[in-house]
Amino acid sequence: MNTHQGTFVRASMIEGSAPPVAEGGVVHWLRENLFATPKDAVLTIVSLLALAWFVPPAIQWLFIDAAWTGGGRGVCATVAQGGSQPDGWSGACWAFVNAKLDQFAYGRYPLDERWRPTLVGILFVLFLVPMLIPKAPFKGINAILLFAVLPIISLILLPGGWFGLTFVETPLWGGLMVTLILSFVGIAVSLPLGILLALGRRSHMPVIKMLCTAFIELVRGIPLITVLFMASVMLPLFLPQGVTFDKFLRALIGVSLFASAYMAEVVRGGLQAIPKGQYEGADSLGLSFWQKMNLIVLPQALKLVIPGIVNTFIGLFKDTSLVSIIGMFDLLGIVRFNFTDANWASSVTPISGLIFAGFIFWLFCFGMSRYSGFMERVLDTAHKR
Amino acid sequence: MAIGVTTTPEKSKPSGSIINDPQVRGIFYQVITVVLLGAFVYWVADNTIENLKRANIASGYGFLNGRAGFDVGQSLIAYTSDSTYQRALVVGLLNTLLVAVCGIFTATIIGFAVGIGRLSHNWLIAKLSLAYVEIFRNIPPLLVIFFWYSGVLAILPQPRESAALPFNMFLNNRGLAFPKPIFGDGSLYTVLALVLAIVASFLLARYARKKQEATGQRFPVLWSSVGLIIGLPLLVFLATGSPITFDVPVAGKFNLTGGSVIGPEFLSLFLALSFYTAAFIAEIVRAGIRGVSKGQTEAAHALGVRPGLTTRLVVVPQALRIIIPPLTSQYLNLTKNSSLAVAIGYADLVAVGGTILNQTGQSIEIVTIWIIVYLSLSLTTSLFMNWFNARMALVER
Repeated sequence: MNTHQGTFVRASMIEGSAPPVAEGGVVHWLRENLFATPKDAVLTIVSLLALAWFVPPAIQWLFIDAAWTGGGRGVCATVAQGGSQPDGWSGACWAFVNAKLDQFAYGRYPLDERWRPTLVGILFVLFLVPMLIPKAPFKGINAILLFAVLPIISLILLPGGWFGLTFVETPLWGGLMVTLILSFVGIAVSLPLGILLALGRRSHMPVIKMLCTAFIELVRGIPLITVLFMASVMLPLFLPQGVTFDKFLRALIGVSLFASAYMAEVVRGGLQAIPKGQYEGADSLGLSFWQKMNLIVLPQALKLVIPGIVNTFIGLFKDTSLVSIIGMFDLLGIVRFNFTDANWASSVTPISGLIFAGFIFWLFCFGMSRYSGFMERVLDTAHKR
Repeated sequence: MAIGVTTTPEKSKPSGSIINDPQVRGIFYQVITVVLLGAFVYWVADNTIENLKRANIASGYGFLNGRAGFDVGQSLIAYTSDSTYQRALVVGLLNTLLVAVCGIFTATIIGFAVGIGRLSHNWLIAKLSLAYVEIFRNIPPLLVIFFWYSGVLAILPQPRESAALPFNMFLNNRGLAFPKPIFGDGSLYTVLALVLAIVASFLLARYARKKQEATGQRFPVLWSSVGLIIGLPLLVFLATGSPITFDVPVAGKFNLTGGSVIGPEFLSLFLALSFYTAAFIAEIVRAGIRGVSKGQTEAAHALGVRPGLTTRLVVVPQALRIIIPPLTSQYLNLTKNSSLAVAIGYADLVAVGGTILNQTGQSIEIVTIWIIVYLSLSLTTSLFMNWFNARMALVER
């Protein structure tokens, strides 16, 4: 039989046609996200104009017109200012940052001894990175290495004075090294101290409760700079004659105590959020106070307040920049100290140095906040809806 | 019944040794704490007295009446180097309050704008707001202050090449010069009229609310208040013969003459605190608005309420309840951060106190003054915000 009977039956499906231009693709996206309403359109155009006004000159200033290499202020100054750039030139002076990079990292630490902070830095990264990766094994040993062995090594290597190492006094320390030491010690001290203070504030013993509350509220009520002033002018008054504290140590004490008051409030928030049944359950199992806290309450409470804890860490990291006011050379302090270098004095040097320091601070803080978001997801054992 | 037989825990005798009684232990620990703390305080006090005696520093607040002998850059009240230390501290306190109030005002505006921007459906606005928050939240405020002070304001033109701004204002590396109002005879009436207009618009708002509750009719409160606050003082001003004149800054050959000048120290501190705190306020505002459940918006829409009114009458009042407590602590943070003024030489309480401390060596007294002032500022602000919060809080049965 002839299968062709004149009627037409389509054997294959028609190719789906593309959706209307307005319902997909770039145009749709633009309409939905940038020009949904007349008000939106105006906002979009205004912000685009603002970006066009701001971004190209910024890129021009930061990268294209910037002076990248050079050995002195000449590359960062115009002819009229005694330099080699054409009149009317303005650009970032990265040559200054480039030349001072070592100082920004180590401060005025003696050149020949700089392998010591470098070694400590390498060990710090080596111990820290596996600590941060949740799947890496041997967390216990790792923690001991990071929080016990590393501080001892640093205490031997950085100041020196024994095992044939030359003594390097703390006023010579500086730069990123000081910022990192201050924040590491601050973090390592303030978390346990903050937990103790929070437990004290929720204690049933009236004297302990009153003391902890008074300490927390007092410290939280005053600015850090007054705490640092206290540490630097009043601490010597409190000690017997002849006993002197290192200025660096005094700043460390001030920063740590300050941060632990804030940490205590964060932890207290977590402790309050744990249902009473958990405390009572632990009691009914016959656990002691510390067993109850270590095994039942704190693991849950701390997990709840990770964002708050990391925010306190970030605040502490930023606050370390305040030690430059009491005459120490942390990263910000050493950058500002170098503005006075006549060899590099020009009108763009300060802003270039500050942008560089700001970028470094930003990198660390942004990294910490991203990591805390990651940990929150890893530790989230709640039932997903 | 069995219940009658059981004794309450308070009455039960400790069954074991007295060492295991939690109450006895508690008292023991507290006694030890008190004894140790007392010994420590005694030791510290003893050392301090000894040290002060050796340094020949008389303790007490008598030094406050001494001559200060230093100048401050900016002062809201009359002050010369012949004034007392006490007056210098008051100048510092007023400067702290000035920069804190100005900063709180601007930070709130920027923060709310950016926070709402982050929730915008407009992709570009949302991303720009996100970039703002992530940049400013992660940089130390001190660095932002230096950025404005030695980065931006220091490379502004010299006074002789000042940049002219609208309203006869000039910007140069010594700050912002603006016309200074001179209050002539009879200008008091204009000020009185302004106060009167503000009070009247408050009363008007109350009247309008009562009327709406009673009759449902609405009264255009906003426009009549604006008219009242601008119109009434203007009328009085013209009626009394324009007594307020302006001392306009004039660009001379080398410098500006006349007018008032806001120094670069104040400007950089004010800008830095506003921009820095605004990033945190933006996050608080965003969290507050997101915290209002979607059902509220949908219910309002279902009732036929227009989107703008939904935001104003349904979302914002509920979001404010979430926003106010953390906003309070941001305001307090801004006030405390204003102490960073000492780094650029703006004469706030800490900077003035630091100078006095260096001159007289009265460290304990100065630090005590700092603590008392900042603690009372904190407490006052929290009391006010708690009162405000209580007014805004959900009225439950």
